[in-house]
Amino acid sequence: MNNILNFFEKLGASARSSLSGLGSCARLFFLTIIYSADSFKRFNLTIKEIYFTGVLSLVIIIVSAFFVGMVLGLQGYYTLEKYGSSEAIGVLVALALVRELGPVVTALLFAGRAGTAITAEIGLMKTTEQLSAMEMMAVSPVARIVAPRFWAGMISMPILATIFSMVGILGGYFIAVLIIGVDDGAFWSQMQANVDFHNDIVDGAIKSIVFGFTCTLIALYQGLVAPPTAEGVSRATTKTVVISSLSVLGLDFVLTSFMFV
Amino acid sequence: MERVKLDIWVGIFVALGIIAMFYMATRVGNLTSNDVKKTYEVKAYFENIGGLKPRAAVKASGVVVGRIGSIVFDPEAFHAVVKINIDERYSFPTDTFANIYTAGLLGEQYLSLEAGGDDVNLKAGDLIVHTQDAVVLEKLISQFLYNSAGEDDDKDKD
Repeated sequence: MNNILNFFEKLGASARSSLSGLGSCARLFFLTIIYSADSFKRFNLTIKEIYFTGVLSLVIIIVSAFFVGMVLGLQGYYTLEKYGSSEAIGVLVALALVRELGPVVTALLFAGRAGTAITAEIGLMKTTEQLSAMEMMAVSPVARIVAPRFWAGMISMPILATIFSMVGILGGYFIAVLIIGVDDGAFWSQMQANVDFHNDIVDGAIKSIVFGFTCTLIALYQGLVAPPTAEGVSRATTKTVVISSLSVLGLDFVLTSFMFV
Repeated sequence: MERVKLDIWVGIFVALGIIAMFYMATRVGNLTSNDVKKTYEVKAYFENIGGLKPRAAVKASGVVVGRIGSIVFDPEAFHAVVKINIDERYSFPTDTFANIYTAGLLGEQYLSLEAGGDDVNLKAGDLIVHTQDAVVLEKLISQFLYNSAGEDDDKDKD
């Protein structure tokens, strides 16, 4: 009897804490929106963050996109060739990248590359009491620290995802057409016939915006609530990656079932 | 100096994003090609539309001249009513044939228009009278089996 009660107590406590976490996350979001106007007055801050989260992520995004595209080309060719329709490789590569892999893999890399950096930076600022110092000087940490990083993530993520899809398709082209020797014209024309701008490309872009929002907000929130110790910051950084990745994969399923069914 | 360099990099980044989007829209997607703008709508009745779907291609001599608008079932006459949007640039005689074909062996189905010889052209809201249903493989096979079974009977009589 006591065991059962304990179980329900733990369940209740975890549900309550995750709900309150969600609540303060939403509160952080609204605060960010309110202070955005203030932070846009010094847009350099946002530009600096775009450089940090976007431009410096370009290398890892481009390299992984090219390899993902090449692997898709190889594996897709292996299966499609059995049905004598190896020209459809262009459609396969493009749809897989534009609809799913582009936004999802970019978001996972983004969470690992930029999200952890945001969490660690804000967590350390909190640990060294820089945030409190700002409040003492009547500088809002939300306007000065949080909002620029939030908007930088929101802007960088769709751009990175689009670049990922494009480079991935070029990777698929490299393998399928230049190495294996699938017909060049059929590769592109079948792709163009079957990839719809509104249903596929725009929906993929919407996905990447949602993922950018999720990853950035989680990273910011984890940084702000991290216990001000070395251990706390390291835990928060780990949490950022785990929670971001799981939310991206879960959200991807939900979005896909809304968009493409 | 530091700031200018930063701005340049961010500018390159954003420009790359725009180029990528543009590239996807034109080279990968079909935003620019076969987008039929001004159309007029005609109707056609089919007993069986097979796998024809809204937004499927309407072709004449293999060239895309329009898109399927909507497909509904008429519960009183018991047939499918297919609305066809044809590009304004093309006009077809009133005795045009509308056939449902399949692209390739396993491809998707499209509507093919074969022009007739009439002097009067189809107008918006007109009905295409001559239609041919989609071919159902099972029907074909059963017909074939029935016919070959009949041949065997004939041989037995001899």
